[in-house]
Amino acid sequence: MFTYYLDLAMRSLRRNRMLTALMVVAIALGIGASMTTLTVLHVLSGDPLPGTSGTLFYPRIDPRDQDSYEEGKEPPYQVTWIDGMNMLHAKRADRQALMTGGSVPVQPAQSGLDPFYSDARYTSSDFFPMFRVPFLYGRPWSAEEDESKARVVVISRKLNEKLFGGKDSTGQTLRMKDTAFRVIGVLDEWRPNPHFYDVDTGKYAASEDVFVPLATSRDVRLEHDGSTDCWGTGGDEEHAETQPCVWLQFWVQLDSASKVAAYKEYLVHYSEEQRALGRFVRPVNVQLNGLMEWLDINKVVPGDVRLQTWLAFGFLLVCLVNTVGLMLAKFLRRAGELGVRRALGASKREVFMQLLIESGVIGLAGGLFGLLLAFFGLWLVRRQPSDYASLAHLDLTMLLATFVLAIGSTLLAGLLPAWRACQITPALQLKSQ
Amino acid sequence: MQIKPILSALRRHKAGTFLIAMQIALTLAIVCNALFIIHQRVAHLSEPSGIDEPNIFVIKSEWVGAPGTERVDAMIREDLQVLRQLPGVQDVTPSNSYPLRGGGWDDAIKLKPDQLQDSSGATIYFADEHFLDTLGLKLIAGRNFRADEIGHMDMRYKLAPPMVIVTKALADKLFPGGDAVGKTLYLIGGPATIVGEVELLQAQSVSQWASAFAYRSVIIPERLAISLGSFYIVRTRPGQLDATMRAAGKALFAHNPRRVINEDDGILSFSEVRSRAYESDRGMAILMGVISIVLLAVTAAGIVGLTSFWVGQRRRQIGVRRALGATKQDILHYFMTENLLISGVGVLVGAVLAIAMNLWMVTRFEMHHLSLAYLIGGVVILLLLGQGAVLAPALRASRVPPVEATRSV
Repeated sequence: MFTYYLDLAMRSLRRNRMLTALMVVAIALGIGASMTTLTVLHVLSGDPLPGTSGTLFYPRIDPRDQDSYEEGKEPPYQVTWIDGMNMLHAKRADRQALMTGGSVPVQPAQSGLDPFYSDARYTSSDFFPMFRVPFLYGRPWSAEEDESKARVVVISRKLNEKLFGGKDSTGQTLRMKDTAFRVIGVLDEWRPNPHFYDVDTGKYAASEDVFVPLATSRDVRLEHDGSTDCWGTGGDEEHAETQPCVWLQFWVQLDSASKVAAYKEYLVHYSEEQRALGRFVRPVNVQLNGLMEWLDINKVVPGDVRLQTWLAFGFLLVCLVNTVGLMLAKFLRRAGELGVRRALGASKREVFMQLLIESGVIGLAGGLFGLLLAFFGLWLVRRQPSDYASLAHLDLTMLLATFVLAIGSTLLAGLLPAWRACQITPALQLKSQ
Repeated sequence: MQIKPILSALRRHKAGTFLIAMQIALTLAIVCNALFIIHQRVAHLSEPSGIDEPNIFVIKSEWVGAPGTERVDAMIREDLQVLRQLPGVQDVTPSNSYPLRGGGWDDAIKLKPDQLQDSSGATIYFADEHFLDTLGLKLIAGRNFRADEIGHMDMRYKLAPPMVIVTKALADKLFPGGDAVGKTLYLIGGPATIVGEVELLQAQSVSQWASAFAYRSVIIPERLAISLGSFYIVRTRPGQLDATMRAAGKALFAHNPRRVINEDDGILSFSEVRSRAYESDRGMAILMGVISIVLLAVTAAGIVGLTSFWVGQRRRQIGVRRALGATKQDILHYFMTENLLISGVGVLVGAVLAIAMNLWMVTRFEMHHLSLAYLIGGVVILLLLGQGAVLAPALRASRVPPVEATRSV
């Protein structure tokens, strides 16, 4: 029966080519626009570390002075060197890392390669195991190497290919800012999206190419990048370790809910202790946000992208209403034909099924064209200069979603016209003939 | 033209009428807001920078190695000499930033050292005595810096220049009574006397987060001498921008090769800077434009399609009317009026929807309140669109011959 209905649908659609084309194009445009924007939204609001992100937390405390104090305001988005180091050394979490971004002048030993600047991350040693960073060669540095300001460096796969032709470069020397560093590790491909651990240096930036121990970076005076917020008499970069400035990110790994509660308690105790010492003057104000929550707070997904998604779905809605209207007119026009079928013994149910199959065919065709349009739309997005441009690809989930959306919405659109057409009284239609 | 028969005919096509009206309403709501978004974005990207844009380009030169502050300052001054000797160059100035760069050093400004709340935020521009001339800024009060007043500093020192030049926007904010020159403001490192006031200079960021202190800038008499490098802003003689941009990088490398000038964005003309700064606004405006046009086209096509069906369905009635004496004009008017009635209801509902949608977007996104002009414009567009779309099927209807009345099918 299904093939018969399909045959009927195809005949009916062929009979009125312009109208069929109009319905298919409208659905395709709606689907194309919605799927393009939805895919971008899906990519941008993804989990950077699936499976691990639930155990990662971003603690915040409030070390600022009374200037501009308002009750209920969020604590600063980063930590000072003193607080960061205190929390790092307290080791109250399963793992913890203190870090900041930077930019380093790389001076290649190979002739034919000009010096260039690379994005860098200065971090304590837990960064690599905590964020499950994959290694191609070598190993991360140890806590001891971090403390002793060892001149060691971990580089990205990309930089390793540029400098060492992709070979195992561990043990080689890399000169940066007139200082020789020993390469101890090479990362495999690693690009968490968003760039969650430091959203100030590009919300969807690629991960850095150079990783240096935090203490070493201070010792060699490597320049740091990202947001620096100072208060009181702060701003002396030479002595950033003692300045009232927040410029470091501190992340912890907490493997259970009880540990999360305990850590929050520790943050309160720590703040109280600092208040007693006179270092903190504001009332205790601590936050311990999970990774995904932290991304929400930072509004990493651009407002424009969300706005575009809403508008695209509004657009799809108009296209669907359009299709409902056209299908309704079309089905009712065929009242005569349907009346004959009903008189010859087809039940309402069967007529209903027939018409739904016809709308389903339109949905399928619209979905296919819509998919092509979505591919084109995403290609356009990738040509934009935004830092998330290269991420805009359709994955399997979104591919399936496209078809579910296309066929589902057209079937839904076909429900009303098909139902109205079933209400036709066969006798009345036959009489008028 | 009698409206009553039209209404009773529409009553027999409730679902179709409802759908068209709803489509028009939704289209109006979306198109109004989309046009308003375009207006907002275009207004934003048309804000003036206050500088001589056609003749300005910017070089970002980063140093290799670890030179000290004094050495960096000496190298910067040598570079300025090199650039100044290029034939097309009118003037050069070193700075930490430039308008529309996207971000940089912002500071809180106070009027008293013990003030708890800041008086304003401000963009900090490092400058030498050539800054005003290079950018083409208009000094409206006070004086420029003198060469002997220009210091140099590392980011490591506190920002405490003895004097500053401010923009009019900042001067008006700090001293609403006017006459800011000679007064004192407090930067994070201490007091500074205002020696001059320039008319207009845009901030380094035009993003939403910096909009609270848009156009409020402080120009300080310092060269930023850090080993990370800084910017050279170059103003060329009219028509010599491209040639000078090509020559500048080569001349700098020939003088001192221990530097990095990024191939992609190391040397940027100001028009490139501008297009980068407003990329997302322009993209959004274009997207909204495309969505509006396609939406209007879909709605028009829908009206054409549905009306064509109605015309086909009513051929006999039309024939009867014609046989009873109705003119072609009458039939044409019938369908035009029918459409006007449906569109009228559609735009009424649509206007309410448009306002509701706008109010919702104001709470969720960075939107302003929809101006009435856009609503009225949208209503007019949709009414005209409806009339235009219905014209072809209505004309076809008017050509139905009276003899149709005698045919059975």
